[in-house]
Amino acid sequence: MRGNGYADLAADIVQQALAAGATDAECTVSEGDEFSASVRLRELETLKEAGSRAAGLRILQGRHTGSAYTSDLSADGLRHMVRSAMELAEITSEDPHAGLPDPSDLGSVAGDLGLYCNDVEHLETELKIDTARRAEDAALRTDARITNSEGASFDTHLGSRAFANSRGFAGQYRSSYCSLSVVPVAREGESMERDYWFSTARGFAGLEKPEDIGRIAAGRALRRLGAVKVETRKVPVVFEPRTARAVVDHIFDAVHGGAVYRNESFLAGKLGERIASENLTVIDDGTIPGLFGTSPFDDEGVPTRRTVVIEEGVLRSYLLNTYTARKLGLKTTGNASRGLAGNAGVGNGNLYIEKGAATPEQLIAGIRDGFYVTELMGFGANIVTGDYSRGAAGLWIRNGELAFPVSEVTIAGTLQQMLLNLEAVGTDFEFRGSMAAPTLVISEMTVGGR
Amino acid sequence: MHFSESIFAQRFGITQQDLERYLSEALSQGGAYADLYFEYLSTSAISIDESIVKSASQGVSLGVGVRVIAGERTGYAYSDDLSADKIRKAARVAAHIAKGPATVENVSLNEGQRRNLYPVGTAPTETAFSERVELVKRADRAARAYDPRIFQVQASYADNLRQVMVASSDGVLSFDRQPLARLNVSALARENGGPPQRGHAGGGGRVELSFFLNEKTPEHFAAEAAREAIVMLDAVDAPAGEMTVVLGPGWPGILLHEAVGHGLEADFNRKGVSAFSGRIGQQVASPLCTVIDDGTIANRRGSLNVDDEGHATQRNVLIENGILRGYLQDKLSSRVTGAAETGSGRRESYAHIPMPRMTNTFMLAGESDPADIIRSVPKGLYCVNFGGGQVDITSGNFVFSASESYLIEDGKVTRPVRNASLIGNGPEALKYVSMVGNDLKLDEGIGVCGKEGQSVPVGVGIPTIKIDRMTVGGTA
Repeated sequence: MRGNGYADLAADIVQQALAAGATDAECTVSEGDEFSASVRLRELETLKEAGSRAAGLRILQGRHTGSAYTSDLSADGLRHMVRSAMELAEITSEDPHAGLPDPSDLGSVAGDLGLYCNDVEHLETELKIDTARRAEDAALRTDARITNSEGASFDTHLGSRAFANSRGFAGQYRSSYCSLSVVPVAREGESMERDYWFSTARGFAGLEKPEDIGRIAAGRALRRLGAVKVETRKVPVVFEPRTARAVVDHIFDAVHGGAVYRNESFLAGKLGERIASENLTVIDDGTIPGLFGTSPFDDEGVPTRRTVVIEEGVLRSYLLNTYTARKLGLKTTGNASRGLAGNAGVGNGNLYIEKGAATPEQLIAGIRDGFYVTELMGFGANIVTGDYSRGAAGLWIRNGELAFPVSEVTIAGTLQQMLLNLEAVGTDFEFRGSMAAPTLVISEMTVGGR
Repeated sequence: MHFSESIFAQRFGITQQDLERYLSEALSQGGAYADLYFEYLSTSAISIDESIVKSASQGVSLGVGVRVIAGERTGYAYSDDLSADKIRKAARVAAHIAKGPATVENVSLNEGQRRNLYPVGTAPTETAFSERVELVKRADRAARAYDPRIFQVQASYADNLRQVMVASSDGVLSFDRQPLARLNVSALARENGGPPQRGHAGGGGRVELSFFLNEKTPEHFAAEAAREAIVMLDAVDAPAGEMTVVLGPGWPGILLHEAVGHGLEADFNRKGVSAFSGRIGQQVASPLCTVIDDGTIANRRGSLNVDDEGHATQRNVLIENGILRGYLQDKLSSRVTGAAETGSGRRESYAHIPMPRMTNTFMLAGESDPADIIRSVPKGLYCVNFGGGQVDITSGNFVFSASESYLIEDGKVTRPVRNASLIGNGPEALKYVSMVGNDLKLDEGIGVCGKEGQSVPVGVGIPTIKIDRMTVGGTA
């Protein structure tokens, strides 16, 4: 790692672009080291290890933009990147809203955000393999019906990201990441099912115990055995936290500034309106230490922050970068996101649904006939219209208890109705990524089956 | 083009002896097989939104991946620097998957037979930007001109040129130049201030820029996207439950990709975790169904001269008259199981380990007149366009989302319906195919297949088919 050198390199590249005639410029430099070990049926299967670096540049020529990226950080490579970006500004249109953030919007969240744990740097390969092996072994030992496995994987990533622009911003932060996942396969008679469980943390010490991950994964695969297809009907639908996260993802797509200004979101034009049940409060917060949606500044140098997106059912804010904010006559929310090159898009920080008052057991106990969804499949959510129809698997709720496994069915409705019909929100809330939600109960959806 | 004329020899000065030395280094700890995958990728992208060309970008990424196989184990390392030091370091890291003395003696490389399924003199990536930017401008104008109810249009054009070289301890040395281009259009329609509907269309392949000027023009894709958005303005709620489903020709072939294709990839079957494991020779579809995966169709998005392990692609019969015939193999699976290679080893980039993947997957045409197929259905759903799909290869359950479909009532296509997912089970769903049309069509070239975090371009195709029973996920 080059320490703070990448911020200097990014600032140098910005200067080169200005020297080449750009009116404004912004540059991202990123570096990463990845490691992955996978084990299957207790034997080492794959070891992968490597590092890479690359830079991306966006320039403005008046109100015309051009972007380029390269993995060749030699002087020649960088000169070529600057020329490439300049060349493209000649073919793009004048866009009255294009430009960098206002200087007063630039900055960085102060203090240690807990994004880097140095225990990831010095892990012995044998320890990493053994961690994966322990998790898979625990899954295989859970039950005689765990007959096979797609293996367990232990992954780490150490990264550094620097950003600089011609309005005087230069910043850099490091991040680390560890994950452990297991995919056991259960079999009984003709029925074969797999499921997975995982743990992620900024540091090795933060991972859950490998044996716990293995047992949970095995339990999830086992409870799917012998799943049946149910009759088509309208019932209450309960999303467990893993599938409830997908609802957060749809909300993100609908409050995404780009979708809003183009009028391709069912939430466009609804600021200040009641769009969901009072049980729904959605927060985006990119400043919570240690989480995966946290960073000191967004991908155009604006500090991250806490934004109330939906408050007790009322739409309070969209998620915006500088461009989408200008299009909508609003202020950026510090949610700019991009890979290396190109105009910034919109990304979430830590986006979550605030927890409610009842435990998942209490929520299920109140349902006579319903569907508890543990897996969603496919891409059947249309953010333009709100039409929602996805493949699902899970457990049938009968008389307040999880009664039998169900698969090969669909759940359908509209996102508008799902938000309004959010009857209850659970207490079981945890982050396993940058989006999180507790158990959610929707009072009625159509389950499509026989 | 030969190795000596490749960018790796010419610009980076890599010689055949260098490659042989790197492979020996990779095998120095006792590995049984090693390969090197060099990649030089140039990409560009242009997009228009609100009739403003808001974004254009281009870039280069390059690197080399070193893989070592020892038994069923794989060691992998890569470098984004093609200097000898860095490649040798990657080779040493990958080598350590094996433990012991070297067992493979000297490696000597031979360039194999060559063919060119995409004889593209000038790749789109190598043409002037001023020509390419016109494609998105024309698409924007045409979609807006299609109907006054179209109020928002986005179009994007992206191309790349991937130059790859594979050298393996089996003695394979192959170089390929893989151009790829795609134009996408999305249009929003609205009537009297009502809720909007979206339509989308796109296509391309391993083609020259002239493909978009002469064959599939921006106006073609724009009209298709706008038409779909306008049609959907009249959509009624989709039905729910089991019913007869008719798939139109072309892109609905994504059914095959999800229902059978993934489940036939050899890695899953070698491990016994696919719903199709151990079913070779069994009936898994109606006798009307013959399903092929063919990486050799000229200029198609899913085609490759050689796969990403240096093996020539080929035409593989997956299902023949309903009987399961074979799996899609990569190097590792064919080494472990002794099955013949099928040219199906693919990877997203030099930073990724190859896996068995599909290329262009389609069902052969049958004998029915498509009009007769529709006429034979008293009540059902006719699906002509889809979004994405997904499969759980272990249970075999798959889902795919219909973006344009219609009710069939008394043998006639009637009203359009709102988006709905279709769900089925891989080894069962095709048993209910009762009619296959004579109108096989391949898709227009937009497919991206994701597996274990790796994306690769693919194609699909299908004639009109009738499935007597499938679950439709609507609300009505």
